[in-house]
Amino acid sequence: MSDTKNAGAAARPAGETDEAVDLEAEFKASNIQEVLDKLDRELIGLKPIKTRIREIAALLLVDRLRKQFALTAETPTLHMCFTGNPGTGKTTVAMRMGEILKRLGYVREGHLVTVTRDDLVGQYIGHTAPKTKEVIKKAMGGVLFIDEAYYLYKPENERDYGAESIEILLQVMENNRDDLVVILAGYKDKMDRFFQSNPGMRSRIAHHLDFPDYSADELMAIARLMLAEQNYRFSPEGEKAFAEYIPLRMQLSHFANARSIRNALDRARLRQANRLFAGKKKKLTRLDLITLEPDDILVSRVFQEGRPDGEAG
Amino acid sequence: MMTNPGNRITQGQFSFLPDLTDAQITAQIKWALQHGWAVSVEYTDDPHPRNTYWEMFGNPMFDLKDPAGILMEINNCRKTFPNHYIRVMAFNSTRGGESPAMSFIVNRPKNEPGYRLIRQERDGRSMGYTIESYATDKPEGERYA
Repeated sequence: MSDTKNAGAAARPAGETDEAVDLEAEFKASNIQEVLDKLDRELIGLKPIKTRIREIAALLLVDRLRKQFALTAETPTLHMCFTGNPGTGKTTVAMRMGEILKRLGYVREGHLVTVTRDDLVGQYIGHTAPKTKEVIKKAMGGVLFIDEAYYLYKPENERDYGAESIEILLQVMENNRDDLVVILAGYKDKMDRFFQSNPGMRSRIAHHLDFPDYSADELMAIARLMLAEQNYRFSPEGEKAFAEYIPLRMQLSHFANARSIRNALDRARLRQANRLFAGKKKKLTRLDLITLEPDDILVSRVFQEGRPDGEAG
Repeated sequence: MMTNPGNRITQGQFSFLPDLTDAQITAQIKWALQHGWAVSVEYTDDPHPRNTYWEMFGNPMFDLKDPAGILMEINNCRKTFPNHYIRVMAFNSTRGGESPAMSFIVNRPKNEPGYRLIRQERDGRSMGYTIESYATDKPEGERYA
């Protein structure tokens, strides 16, 4: 969107029917750039996702301009499906999505309602429809985020109430496109199987976004960001130790990208507190309180035994 | 009563005004939601002014952010009971409040026959007065068919 500058600014001579609208002014008025910048700043990596959000933003902006010329087009469907491994930022992006779509004027409130199978599917006959509808009503004007959406459909049990819930969702996704954006999330292979058995769902979702795994460098950047948010920082040696930790942890089982990093940092904070407590130093400076040293990281079992922390055994 | 042409019943807010449009209803609900009130949809075919408790159309809707869901319920209710009175109520649940904060009619029967005045002679030439809707002569559900 860098070549927007010359699009609308030129003043046409009077009397020409082809009157111009100012794309740049519209762009500025919507504060989209601010949202996109924030996204760039606070979300590390995720190139394909950011590109798609940019495209959606451009589409909605152009749509708004077209409306000024009374060029109506159907409201674009913005239902999305986020697939990716654990901890790749699906929920975080969904949360942002509400705000972005609100800025773009696509949804009215921009709040996020996060649900799983339990919130949608009832326990007995006649329980599912009201339950699903209640959730849908709560999410109207915002974004409905269905985590682990593939659990909705259980092919092995044909009397499962999940199918009813899917049916209602499909209907709402089609008829109330202006009121609600539905985002499904789940692991890639399971979601693929889910869509195979629910072709109607697949075709109603316009955007299938696959969240890539993070590289070690990106995880380091995420760690720094997380620490900064909680008013902590690494000492230079501590940072080096953590940089060694990441690739080791990535090779172990149950690696959940950013979530594993968060857990590792939480444990480092624990050890830091313990170290400060055990150390006989009576007077602590501000710097002592915010700095994570290599000692806080190197005692992790990842280094000692090649096994993730926090696991039994 | 010739002072009330069409015998429109006047209960709750806005009942002396022409019927609210969907956009106006949405705006009113929006206002209720901004105050954190739970909005519910109710219906009845007994228009007596002392008929306080109408039938609930589904549960009251808590934690909504946007009026679209409530308007959906109103329209469902209109489809199910096109010839009933339907009202939207906003309930204020804050401590000390705990009462309806808004209530207005969003659907009326096509013909509202109005009320007859009933006089009852009592002891000592005194008179008791009451009103009765012409519609309630028929059993429930058939009154405005």
